[in-house]
Amino acid sequence: MSPMSPMSDTNASSSIDFSLTEDQELLRETVRRFAEERLAPGEAERDREHRFPAELVSELGELGLLGMMVPEEYGGAGVDALTYLLAVEELSRMSPSIGVTVSVTNSVCCWPIARFGSEELKRRVLPSLAAEGEIGGFALTEPGAGSDAGSLTTRAVRDGDHWVLDGEKAWITNAGRARWYVAVARTDPKAGKRGLSAFVVPADAPGVSVGTPEEKVGLRSSLTAPLVFEGCRVPAANLLGEEGQGLKIALATLDHSRLGIAAQAVGIHQRALELAVQYAKDRVQFGVPIARHQAVQFFLAEIATSLAASRSLTYYAASIAETSADAGRLASEAKVLASEAANRAVWQSQQIHGGNGFSEEYEIGRLYRDVRVTTIYEGTSEMQRLVIARGVLG
Amino acid sequence: MRIELSEEQKLLQETVRRFAEEVVRPRAKEIDASGEFPRGFFDQAGELGLAGVAVPEEYGGAGMDAISYCLVIEEISRICATSGVILSVNNSLVCDPILAFGTEEQKKEILAPLASGQKLGCFGLTEPGAGSDAAALRTTAERDGDDYVINGNKVFITNGTHADVALVFASTDMEKKHKGITAFLVDADTPGYSHGTHEEKLGVNASGTTELAFEGMRVPASRRLGEEGEGFRIAMATLDGGRIGIAAQAVGIAQGAYEQAISYAKQREQFGKPLAKIQAIQFYLADMATELDAARLLTWKAAWAKMYQKRYTLEAAQAKLFSAQMARQVTDKALQIHGGYGYTREYDVERFFRDARITDIYEGTSEIQKMVVADWVINKQ
Repeated sequence: MSPMSPMSDTNASSSIDFSLTEDQELLRETVRRFAEERLAPGEAERDREHRFPAELVSELGELGLLGMMVPEEYGGAGVDALTYLLAVEELSRMSPSIGVTVSVTNSVCCWPIARFGSEELKRRVLPSLAAEGEIGGFALTEPGAGSDAGSLTTRAVRDGDHWVLDGEKAWITNAGRARWYVAVARTDPKAGKRGLSAFVVPADAPGVSVGTPEEKVGLRSSLTAPLVFEGCRVPAANLLGEEGQGLKIALATLDHSRLGIAAQAVGIHQRALELAVQYAKDRVQFGVPIARHQAVQFFLAEIATSLAASRSLTYYAASIAETSADAGRLASEAKVLASEAANRAVWQSQQIHGGNGFSEEYEIGRLYRDVRVTTIYEGTSEMQRLVIARGVLG
Repeated sequence: MRIELSEEQKLLQETVRRFAEEVVRPRAKEIDASGEFPRGFFDQAGELGLAGVAVPEEYGGAGMDAISYCLVIEEISRICATSGVILSVNNSLVCDPILAFGTEEQKKEILAPLASGQKLGCFGLTEPGAGSDAAALRTTAERDGDDYVINGNKVFITNGTHADVALVFASTDMEKKHKGITAFLVDADTPGYSHGTHEEKLGVNASGTTELAFEGMRVPASRRLGEEGEGFRIAMATLDGGRIGIAAQAVGIAQGAYEQAISYAKQREQFGKPLAKIQAIQFYLADMATELDAARLLTWKAAWAKMYQKRYTLEAAQAKLFSAQMARQVTDKALQIHGGYGYTREYDVERFFRDARITDIYEGTSEIQKMVVADWVINKQ
């Protein structure tokens, strides 16, 4: 075996670079400032009142946060996946509810339309989301079809130049405020998983109605409600991709969107760390700030270390999202790691807060409720593990 | 953010993988059982440039970067963790500090043979009464003309049974505590230098771990590394880099165990189907893959920080803390997937399981890493 030939210019030849670009740093700064100045002040009140901040949606649009990955020719910001995730992370740090509002609009409404839509559909729909500051939704889940999305029963029947949709969707984020929904329905009852198709449904289409909003454990200032289609007529031109591609489009969309939830979890995790450090420095027990107690220090070390791991994996998954065959598996790894670590970190941060952490007066109490859903929606941890196992077992 | 190995790094990875499969694997089980130090392996690794991966060519090294170093340690440890730590100590704990703190003469005369693998190095910091509390060491060095006279004992010294050169930490002024510690580069054939036989250990059993004894050992002042009193700072800075090596070792051990678990799960049948079709096993493998990927990223990130940041203490501590815990969990699950067979010496997983345990302990226990990280987040961010 021959010796390795030495490298002449080692730094230049290394392609490992963990730094963010200047544009990414700038965007992160901008969104961070916006989140601290505009989202943080009213978050506790909105949470208490279960109130969606419709007044903030236009500001999100003005910042270009509602069509971030949409190409500029369709009114979007045309940024890469990592840049988009930095925005979701920073928004979620101050308001997980706004985090999911933005993530859903970008990841599961804009993204599948930009990826699978016809030119005409893209020109008709995307600018209103990306440039005019509207939010969107994704109507896949049904009362009887959660993780088993392929078993959904909403029907779409062709009628001349239209499709007619009938059925009930559940747990639809942004329902009631979204201008467009990407909805998946069964176009061929005999074709099983291949009998599903995806449609872009305008919120004002005849036959669309929004049910009573859910009373949720957390994310109370985001909108979640059932969406009902009753003889809902959608133009044939609103079919996304081909007939029968619905499940494929839905799964590709979820592959992509789970990174948004990973970023949301990272944002919450970051906030849990900040709150824990601050509280540990301020709170005095046994005559010293509790930050001097080793048990508290070890909690802080664990929160900070798991945060570094979640963030690295999420950013890495984003950096290969468009190029690697492993992108889907890595996105699932990022989501399961980041969401479960964030749940643990919030618990640890709350533990450091002691009795005060159990009070609604402290932000950590809300985060404890908000973080819970990250291991559930857009694919439970268990579904992620199945995706990962399939990936590694080949 | 771009995480993709360069062509040179991929070539290095392939070369080291082949070397590990062809040269290291055949003896891995045997040296684990016998405890025999694989000096021949070190010599061959040296010929490949693996004894001083990140040392510039002019000082006998391979002139590669810190990421490349991680790849080397991971690939060797994937087959044999004992061999991994032998290289890690020589690279991180001996070559690195001489490169960073040595005089030009020391780099030419002492570093070059170590980095080229002609000589083997060891790191003499730990003592019977000074483990995590390294500053409590009791070995003394007294100035006497142009020499220092060193007396004391070191324990748990990896490579100690076969090392040609020892980096020794001793106090030149006990009253100054950690500020009185000074580092020396000592040849093993110096009169007054002796070492014991190898410790029988739970894992990494052939890494030549032993005690060193210094009795009236005269070391010329030209062999002092850095200034008097600079030793503790040198030791801590060196361990920052060493932790990246151990993190890479942990990743390699886990990768080895993970690959065996995957292949076992595919061939072993129970209840009429391969284990790989059983959901509990799938979930184990999913968690193993996820934690492995995260640990490897944190390790590379620490190596990247070492190259481009002034301080990388936090990144190195996090990488080691996370990777060590990951390696324990991954090797435990790999053994569990193997069931009863995994508990026998016939399969490699039991060795990986035993070898993983030390990554939580040496070059700073996980508790020390947590103290480092906590200090950082409470006081420095």
